[in-house]
Amino acid sequence: MIVGMKKLINDSDDVVDEMLDGMTAAYPDMRRLPDTQVLVRDDAPVDGKVGVVSGGGSGHEPTHGGYIGDGMLDGAAAGDVFSSPTADEFEELIAATDSGEGVLAVIKNYEGDVMNFETAIEMVEMEGTDVATVVVNDDVAVEDSLYTSGRRGVCGTILVHKAAGAKAAEGEDLDEVQRVAQKVVDNVGTMGMALTSCITPEKGEATFDLPEDEIELGIGIHGEPGTERTDVMSADEITEELTESVLDDLDLDEGQEVVTIVNGMGGTPLMELFVVNRKLQELIGDHGLETWDAWVGDYMTSLDMEGASITVCAVDDELKELLGAPADTPGLTVQ
Amino acid sequence: MSGDADAVVAAVRAVADRIESERSHLTDLDSAIGDADHGGNMARGWAEAADAVADLDDPDAQTAVKTAGKTVLSEVGGAAGPLYGGSLVFASPELEGGITPETAVAFAETYLEKVKDRGDANVGDQTMVDALTPAVHTFKKSIETDDLPPLEALAKAVAAAEIGVQFTVPIRASKGRASYLGWRSVGHQDPGATSTLYIMEELLETAADQFDSEVPDVDATSPTIPDAEAAEN
Repeated sequence: MIVGMKKLINDSDDVVDEMLDGMTAAYPDMRRLPDTQVLVRDDAPVDGKVGVVSGGGSGHEPTHGGYIGDGMLDGAAAGDVFSSPTADEFEELIAATDSGEGVLAVIKNYEGDVMNFETAIEMVEMEGTDVATVVVNDDVAVEDSLYTSGRRGVCGTILVHKAAGAKAAEGEDLDEVQRVAQKVVDNVGTMGMALTSCITPEKGEATFDLPEDEIELGIGIHGEPGTERTDVMSADEITEELTESVLDDLDLDEGQEVVTIVNGMGGTPLMELFVVNRKLQELIGDHGLETWDAWVGDYMTSLDMEGASITVCAVDDELKELLGAPADTPGLTVQ
Repeated sequence: MSGDADAVVAAVRAVADRIESERSHLTDLDSAIGDADHGGNMARGWAEAADAVADLDDPDAQTAVKTAGKTVLSEVGGAAGPLYGGSLVFASPELEGGITPETAVAFAETYLEKVKDRGDANVGDQTMVDALTPAVHTFKKSIETDDLPPLEALAKAVAAAEIGVQFTVPIRASKGRASYLGWRSVGHQDPGATSTLYIMEELLETAADQFDSEVPDVDATSPTIPDAEAAEN
């Protein structure tokens, strides 16, 4: 299938740079560190507060920079499309967000992200900065045993940003902020699917072929193919497939309260996401679980891919308090 | 500039030129098992590194190596940046007293350790570690046990790296992108091990130039590659 390049892009080499300038123009509460692709809160580092930072390839907007603001991230490094930021960018990010209380780095489990973040951390630690990390690996489509690089980090990362950001906003120390971030990681699962591939600016064509009458289950967020290809199914059947995979993995007790996310991959209308959410909530009820909060929207996208992911996270009183705490960011507002 | 630093500047330029000339070969190797960006990213990054070290004002060897490493780290990006460049940065303090056979061994050992730590990889994972481990072990043994002249020790290390590259072909990848192919990775030569060999070969050529002598002939019978457990000990 040939897909024409009809995009709001001037030059594929400039797309991240121009996006970041557009973001700071839209959101005066954040600024861009000079000569980098790093965005931070305008008032970073925030006195007396642990910094919470994230980062990764671009193309997942509003992830990552869109979650900068009160109650979530202090800053985020943007790599090129679907490529990890480099270690020196992570270094600048950490340095700019450390008030002296230390920094939590939220890393999605991809080799490039992990290695560049770790290299940066080893360097800033030599300068005496305290850094803790949490590696998010919520993608239940990838088996740990088969793929030695382990499960990928996907939409569950948003909940990690939220919980860690809220804990840091309370003035808690780095250990505590890391503890709650890890608690989310230990209790969250996600599975995604694609109706179409996405088109990266550089290639200008679909990154994988997907016939009109087939869908990919178990996709990641970088335009890589999924774990299984099947015939087109109805929205309810797809929702069931994704939800059952996630719930199988989480293995929750009856009566457990959960937060659910129906996340759009970038090219799917909100209407369809709500259709998915309707079925998701029915299935949650069938499993004897209780939805404490249901999020629907484009939280972690894959450029213009059509498709969705479903995230379920078991919550206790502490996580409910943190996920429900105020946050004021372009990508997520909680009042 | 010290003679040692001159050698580093020359070596980084030689590596950059070599990677550029092997660019499409590396990309071909990578497209079979990864995302086909190894040749391009490495060529760009090492070319920048060669310029960066050439621009240094009267550096010592340690500073030159550190500068090369930092440039590779930021310009190559991906996983290769931290592995090739970050490890140079972290190993560079071993050259504080200049380049001698002893500091070169310490540098090589730290470099290997950093690559293994960062990549969480061992011998037998079908990665650059498969080329680097026999090279470093052979170099150390040649210097410390066999008391060979440095150039001969380096030549033996290169021969060992070559065997390591061949060793990646019939084994299954368990680190890096190739690991996602599972058993389909068997039969592919690892691009990281290959570029590591190119780097070693250029170090040898540069060292030979420095000593104003020919690259010595050595037999490639040195190392003990096979299993990861033995390599650990």
